[in-house]
Amino acid sequence: MMANPLRPEVVRLYKNLLYLGREYPKGSDYFRARLRAAFTKNKSVQDPEQIKAMIARGEYVAQELEALYYLRKYRAMKKRYYEE
Amino acid sequence: MSGRVLVGVKRVIDYAVKIRVKADNTGVVTDGVKHSMNPFCEIAVEEAVKLKEKKLVKEVVAVSCGPQQSQETIRTALAMGADRGIHVEVSGKDYETLGPLQVSKIMAALAKKEDAQLIILGKQAIDDDCNQTGQMTAALLDWPQGTFASEVTLDGDKIKVVREIDGGLETIKINTPAVLTADLRLNTPRYATLPNIMKAKKKKIANVKPADLGVNLTSRLEVLKVEDPPQRQAGMKVETVEDLVGKLKEAGKV
Repeated sequence: MMANPLRPEVVRLYKNLLYLGREYPKGSDYFRARLRAAFTKNKSVQDPEQIKAMIARGEYVAQELEALYYLRKYRAMKKRYYEE
Repeated sequence: MSGRVLVGVKRVIDYAVKIRVKADNTGVVTDGVKHSMNPFCEIAVEEAVKLKEKKLVKEVVAVSCGPQQSQETIRTALAMGADRGIHVEVSGKDYETLGPLQVSKIMAALAKKEDAQLIILGKQAIDDDCNQTGQMTAALLDWPQGTFASEVTLDGDKIKVVREIDGGLETIKINTPAVLTADLRLNTPRYATLPNIMKAKKKKIANVKPADLGVNLTSRLEVLKVEDPPQRQAGMKVETVEDLVGKLKEAGKV
């Protein structure tokens, strides 16, 4: 079976999400398990358009994680240092 | 004009970690505990990088004082967009007593050595909550200071700073070179993603010793004891106002 030309992009996305998952509130193990499951579920997909759409969704998840981490930190700082 | 900005970044115990006091009450447990960049320092780095992206400054230099692990904190700053780093090596007993006075002496020496136009620091560190380093650095350099900055605008050779103060906001205009300290609402720091961390590996971190800068690290402070805050006592419920007054009298409050 020929390696899909989009494979490097998919691998890159996986690595980025794995890195982001280290700070996941429910634990990095929890995150890693779900990340693997999500990618494994789609491993037989060949259509480039479908793959690109999935990569875009993965990038969206990455953005959501960054936003989650920022908000948690911001709220904690606001609560600790600013009287409401 | 070098157009150079120095940003101080401190390695602290991560904000989300539950702090534990050491059994001998000499400090808090740090071994094996997650550390990260002080949140206010992240905001400082972000501001400096933003200024560079707007082409208002030419170079952002991230500085951290501490042991080997401080280099990780500098790497994060580099991943956020700083151009190079300076690791001022302080370890052992010196590191235990390292505080705002020593760090500000180091920052002042570096500012002169690197011909910096601007120093941006976080307003305070979440571990010691001193809120002194920026102010002391400005005093040592005889530079103006814009502390608790929630908005910074460069205007020629002056800086307009909107400061968060009790009761509202204060807008001041100061000359450069200057020291700024970042408050929470100054900006939203970008996340140091894996690709950026990889790219940052090419950037240089210089190693410097405080002695090279002519700085004496002797501390004038001695930590006597570190202990947990008192346990919050359970509240009491009363039925009537008379009961409340009675209880207050009992406790000697009235």
